[in-house]
Amino acid sequence: MALRRTPLYEAHKELGGRIVEFGGFEMPVQYAGIKEEHAAVRERAGLFDVSHMGQIYFSGPAAVETLEKLLTCPVATLKHGGVRYGMLCNDDGGVVDDVTLYRIGEDLLFLCVNASNIEKDLKWIQSHSPAGAGVVDRSPETAMLALQGPSSTKLLSAIGADEAGSLGRFSFAPMTIGGVEALVSSTGYTGSAGYEIYLGAGDVRRIFDELLAAGAEPCGLGARDTLRLEAALPLYGHELDDETSPLEAGLERFVKREQGGFIGSVAIEDRAVQGHARRLVGFEVEGRGIARADYPILADGEGIGIVTSGAPSPTLGKAVGLGYVQSACAEVGREIQIEIRGKGIDARIVPTPFVQARKKAKARKR
Amino acid sequence: MADYEIPDENFYTREDEWVRHDGDKAVIGITDYAQDQLGDIVFVELPEVGSSIQMGETFGVVESVKAVSDLYAPITGTVLEVNADLVEAPDAINEHCYGDGWLIEVECSDTGELESLMNSEDYIAFIKEREE
Repeated sequence: MALRRTPLYEAHKELGGRIVEFGGFEMPVQYAGIKEEHAAVRERAGLFDVSHMGQIYFSGPAAVETLEKLLTCPVATLKHGGVRYGMLCNDDGGVVDDVTLYRIGEDLLFLCVNASNIEKDLKWIQSHSPAGAGVVDRSPETAMLALQGPSSTKLLSAIGADEAGSLGRFSFAPMTIGGVEALVSSTGYTGSAGYEIYLGAGDVRRIFDELLAAGAEPCGLGARDTLRLEAALPLYGHELDDETSPLEAGLERFVKREQGGFIGSVAIEDRAVQGHARRLVGFEVEGRGIARADYPILADGEGIGIVTSGAPSPTLGKAVGLGYVQSACAEVGREIQIEIRGKGIDARIVPTPFVQARKKAKARKR
Repeated sequence: MADYEIPDENFYTREDEWVRHDGDKAVIGITDYAQDQLGDIVFVELPEVGSSIQMGETFGVVESVKAVSDLYAPITGTVLEVNADLVEAPDAINEHCYGDGWLIEVECSDTGELESLMNSEDYIAFIKEREE
């Protein structure tokens, strides 16, 4: 399949972005450098093109009940203008995709889904939705920006979106920014405060340029990955996949276990009763080396698991990672080793997130 | 093509290492093109002094924030010195890849091997080819 491009492809080239393939799209992995872009988000404001992500709309009388059946998170109780994180699960309780749910009105909602899963999700959703759910894929005509970091509200205000500052966390509202209609959402994938902005593919370049002119720094997928890792946010294909139960991944708070009734709920409970063989943990590398995805995790020389994501944390100045280990070995504080090029390098299981960017930003203000 | 510094006095490999020799002794590093492609370098792993390296074989790794890259020996020889400063400051490779960011110094087993490497002109053409 040919690689796709977002409406900002030319802008990325003009800004000197290094283009790589991601999720079937040609995307910028970095501009100035991952460390600098990472710092921009933690300390100022970084701007990401995330137009590769998909938007699947639901409208009509069966929209809410269909989504209630498809998603691990509660749907009917979501307020208009509210956002919830949840997962689509298969009948075995594995994760089809992790998504955010937006409720625009009583019978109008949409899911923001991972780029690499758009086709798979759409097939899954369509095969489990009645006509009354009004499922439509609006990914091709929808562009999406993520403006992340402590200065984000100020920058949005500078380009005319004054109301952004009054949005509570995990809520969104339609706004007109310089004559352009957009949905501005107080959400993100970096662990820092910020916004995600949905707008028409034909409008995105203007707003992207205006935000850069106002002082936002362009950021690529490289920084997006180190930022989400510091915040211990899962990445589909790494921490989550079709076989993994949300509970193994530590995402219990996004699963309506008492309510049940969603696809996969029975299997998820069965698997919980049987006991999960493995748990997702966070670790810090204490020896010299950087853990990377697929490196073995050892305890006393024996294999106990595998790294799913690993990188140097620019904020902490040390290597951190996420990985699955045998449930009996998953307690915080346990000494483990990461096998790096044949050598066991000392590491330790630590609480996550690795970095509390939000609290830090607030503490600084006081 | 972007503007890379490719000094005339070095030999170059297709894996983007450079070699600068003085008699039997040769200093090895990675090129400006390589450091630019890698981005922020955060870790290096180099061989021990006294160990031997074999032309075309890996002798260590450099890691950027995003990725791990093998280092390939441009020549065969015995390691005389490694750049120990890179342990604490691997970003020297990004800053001065032909200076403070050098990797190892070796005693060459056969300086004739250098003949099979690229000169600066060939290497610049090789970069252009890949950037197209």
